[in-house]
Amino acid sequence: MDKYQHLNDIALKVRRDIVESITEAKSGHPGGSLSAVEIITALYFKIMRINPKKPHWEDRDRFVLSKGHAAPALYSVLAERGYFPREELLKLRKIGAMLQGHPDMKGTPGIDMSTGSLGQGLSSANGMALAGKLDNKDYRVYVLLGDGELEEGQVWEAAMTSAHYELDNLTAFVDHNKLQIDGPISEVMSPEPVDEKFKAFGWNVISINGHDFEQILDAVNIARNTKGRPTMIVAETIKGKGVSFMENQVGWHGSAPSREQCEKALLELGGGK
Amino acid sequence: MAEKIATREAYGKALVELGEKNKNIVVLDADLSKSTKTANFAKKFPERFFDMGISEADMMTTAAGFATCGKIPFASTFAIFATGRAYEQVRNSICYPKLNVKIAATHSGITVGEDGATHQSVEDLSLMRSIPNMCVICPADAVETRAAIFAAVDYKGPVYIRLGRLSVPVIYDENNFKFELGKSILVKGGKDLTIIAVGIMVAKALEAALKLKEEGIDARVIDMHTIKPVDKEAIVKAAKETGAIVTCEEHSIIGGLGSAVAEVLSEEAPVFLKRIGIEDKFGQSGAPDKLMELYGLTSDRIADESRKILKRLKTK
Repeated sequence: MDKYQHLNDIALKVRRDIVESITEAKSGHPGGSLSAVEIITALYFKIMRINPKKPHWEDRDRFVLSKGHAAPALYSVLAERGYFPREELLKLRKIGAMLQGHPDMKGTPGIDMSTGSLGQGLSSANGMALAGKLDNKDYRVYVLLGDGELEEGQVWEAAMTSAHYELDNLTAFVDHNKLQIDGPISEVMSPEPVDEKFKAFGWNVISINGHDFEQILDAVNIARNTKGRPTMIVAETIKGKGVSFMENQVGWHGSAPSREQCEKALLELGGGK
Repeated sequence: MAEKIATREAYGKALVELGEKNKNIVVLDADLSKSTKTANFAKKFPERFFDMGISEADMMTTAAGFATCGKIPFASTFAIFATGRAYEQVRNSICYPKLNVKIAATHSGITVGEDGATHQSVEDLSLMRSIPNMCVICPADAVETRAAIFAAVDYKGPVYIRLGRLSVPVIYDENNFKFELGKSILVKGGKDLTIIAVGIMVAKALEAALKLKEEGIDARVIDMHTIKPVDKEAIVKAAKETGAIVTCEEHSIIGGLGSAVAEVLSEEAPVFLKRIGIEDKFGQSGAPDKLMELYGLTSDRIADESRKILKRLKTK
């Protein structure tokens, strides 16, 4: 049996949740949610020191979803991990729902930072990491950025801060799925070469396949053991991963599937079981 | 002549005092610590001071991150950068999650002086006042600044504190001063009209009231230090008891104190109102006192507008 069968099973379930919750909401961002599934699953099921019964536990590891539009992936993982009932997933984006279109730390247990406006998550993660160092706490801070998001100038202000303050308790991921709303990132406004840029900014940089649990866990281990500088894990991913007609299709950045498309996707993802 | 102290100086001192008492206070600055006076704190508590370099957007969101971990961050820079450059970070990363961040912005208004329009924030109150969850304070002198900084720490949530570069008269007695967020201060009683002022205009309003007194006009003067939530009760009371109101601020007449007062009056107690402030214009270079004259922010102008509004009231 595959060593990572358990994680792969969860990832499949998360993908089904993403497709179903966005279909039910009739809006949302399936492409970039599907590309981030393994990273977020690994964080909450294998990597982070957390207690879903105590979401505000002060010694917990923190996670900032800087690419807040991938919220459906995070919501599914949090529900699966027991932060809130799974029934909430189908109320996504509806009036009065706990699950807002983008993460809301005040309304949703398990969300460590409100995000959604791109470019800000690395800065808030830096603040958490600086606070941890100041208090001699050993918690770690994780943050996930989109590759299109790297076009925001604030990301690079924050990248300077992480390196300047030697935040080795901070690990960042870039979900490098290579597509943004208007097209391929290389055509819209290229942030390439992503790895070389972060190296030049003083980061420890690791490139991996972002859908491979073994590579994700190994990279995080290297990050844990790297002293004096932050680690950026550049995760090569496929936008829309797992649903054949969504993979690498820019049009699935921000549109919801129809009921028929949803059924087709669920079938590909192992049925509605 | 009263002693003169810049509100930024009082802020720098208050921060050190508070840093001593409260270990959760951290201070962030964007390469202006000598001007904003956070350098005092940096010297005393270097481990709790974070220079973020010239990157206001990053500074505001980093402060938000600190706040999620129980810290009480003060983020300081010039008002134009705190509220203009970093507006959306303040809105989305600080105010939306109602994080406990205190933004103490110095060098507000045209009394920045010689640096000119790019550095003279005349719309910061307007920007900050319109964000949900934000509390907005503009203290009048050094004594009130200290009290406002202490009150901001006691309050749980985002606070914007507008401070100035210029030395201004100390009008309050530190041994006998009470400050409550959202509760204006009656600086001088009066029954003929009410002058409501904020920041460095409070001293000028008081000066104007004393001039008017010599002419037999009894003007009430209110220090509306908290612009949001604004003290509705005091505004309505003043309208009902004095029948005319003049507002004074070193800020655009759009969106700041004048607007806040106008909103309350038009809904609750319509009376004649004159807004004194910067009239939808940018500032410019020059000596601060000359600029204040040029833009009509003097005690003579306040007295003059008070006489005019009384005339309107009589010929109604």
